Amino acid sequence: MSAAPMLSVKDLTHWYGARLGCRDVSFDLWPGEVLGIVGESGSGKSTLLSCLSCANQPSGGQVLYRDRTGAMVDVHALSEPRQRLLMRSDWGVVHQNPRDGLRMGVSAGANIGERLMAVGARHYGDIRTGAQDWLGRVEIADDRTDDLPRTFSGGMQQRLQIARTLVTHPRLVFMDEPTGGLDVSVQARLLDLLRGLVADLGLSVIIVTHDLAVARLLAHRLMVMKDGTVIESGLTDQVLDDPHHPYTQLLVSSVLQV
Amino acid sequence: MDTGYNYAYLDEQTKRMIRRAILKAVAIPGYQVPFAGREMPLPYGWGTGGIQLTAAVIGPDDTLKVIDQGADDTTNAVSIRRFFARTAAVATTEKTTEATVIQTRHRIPETPLREGQMLIYQVPIPEPLRWMEPRETETRKMHALQEYGVMHVKLYEDIAHYGRIATSYNYPVLVNGRYVMAPSPIPKFDNPKMDRMPALQLFGAGREKRIYAVPPYTRVESLDFDDHPFEVQTWDGACALCGATDSYLDEVVTDDAGGRMFVCSDSDYCGDRRAAGHVGDQGATAADYVRVTEAGQ
Repeated sequence: MSAAPMLSVKDLTHWYGARLGCRDVSFDLWPGEVLGIVGESGSGKSTLLSCLSCANQPSGGQVLYRDRTGAMVDVHALSEPRQRLLMRSDWGVVHQNPRDGLRMGVSAGANIGERLMAVGARHYGDIRTGAQDWLGRVEIADDRTDDLPRTFSGGMQQRLQIARTLVTHPRLVFMDEPTGGLDVSVQARLLDLLRGLVADLGLSVIIVTHDLAVARLLAHRLMVMKDGTVIESGLTDQVLDDPHHPYTQLLVSSVLQV
Repeated sequence: MDTGYNYAYLDEQTKRMIRRAILKAVAIPGYQVPFAGREMPLPYGWGTGGIQLTAAVIGPDDTLKVIDQGADDTTNAVSIRRFFARTAAVATTEKTTEATVIQTRHRIPETPLREGQMLIYQVPIPEPLRWMEPRETETRKMHALQEYGVMHVKLYEDIAHYGRIATSYNYPVLVNGRYVMAPSPIPKFDNPKMDRMPALQLFGAGREKRIYAVPPYTRVESLDFDDHPFEVQTWDGACALCGATDSYLDEVVTDDAGGRMFVCSDSDYCGDRRAAGHVGDQGATAADYVRVTEAGQ
């Protein structure tokens, strides 16, 4: 890991009117690092993620991103065209529900190809080869290239969404409960796949989850959130094996043992 | 003549409003300008947008031609032509070369247009991105930021499913290197004619209440892929009446035993050729051919 952080978040706060979304969140993310954000429902995880990924304008605080040229940019101060360009080229978002991230009316190949075409690819053969290459990497057979995503199982849709996000080689990926709604065996395969891809591509990832097993498997570092604030953070194993805050202790001890 | 209506049906304030929209549209080629479309005495989908544009630009010195699918003698074309003959007292014609204003549905005349002519298209769906993106707020933003990647997704799907770009009408174009535009449901055969056309092209969508324009000599490029370049339709045969091989042909079923013929969709072009002595497989001999037109009478 290099010395300079890729993403630097300072005192990020978001209010929904009088209701608190998240408050005073600060952290740094280094290139190639996977940061997990855990906490119960309503603890502000998704609010934080939407503020980071420009889906929401935060009420206060700063999100600084080091772009490919090495310059630090304040992403919320960028003009909307630059923000959207950043989302297309450098960043990616994997939604909890694949239907939010996919275009359900066009084929799997076109779904992956769309990201390529959005950044200027205009050679059909290359686009299709790129799409099939990525389908292969997320373990979807070539002969499903021209099928609509609605004919796919939930796990396949989620893998398709991941392929679509990663095809343009983003540097930073936000994932919101990527394994939510999948059964346990499919979850395991998806996690295995994700772990491989993240390591191969050297991606930086911010992953929001309420599933501690997912966090344990993927994340290098963890932040635990409760009532909109970060109550504990540190290396994943450290936080999960030796939780300090009473809430974290409760969270860790409440994991079902089979 | 006293029809009880203002000249050219619409009141003067409405015409001024439409002319302002036209000026803005001409200033920003391919950009869809909203306008307060009026109720017209014909149903949406029959040319309410085109007829409002024509009413706003037409004057007593103009000569009007109206075509529907290329033909001057179909119901819609005849009705609109008579409408303006009565309300605007303009001369009407079926000859492309004589017309100053041409209102069209789904075709561009085969005879090349010249400077000083206006071509007015009737447009059902003005938004080329609508097929991919249902939200109007989002499509406007995509136009503003020139985010046109999704237009190619539709073409990609065509190639993936049919092996070639199967979109054959309303084929998306890029105007003046800036705005992606729906050329109304003209066949893609006509797309190359829009490029650097000497005549002014106006587009009116009555139901959607949008006006857009392509000024004379403006670049109009059809979208395509590097390895699947834009192509127009071709036919194996020639027009059965005039023998033309360079025009857009309609297929006409002639009996219930599989009989069919191909004829020019542009009735004026076909008539001119026959009058000049060209004869196709099933056409009357040149000596027997009599050109009958309704508009000039």
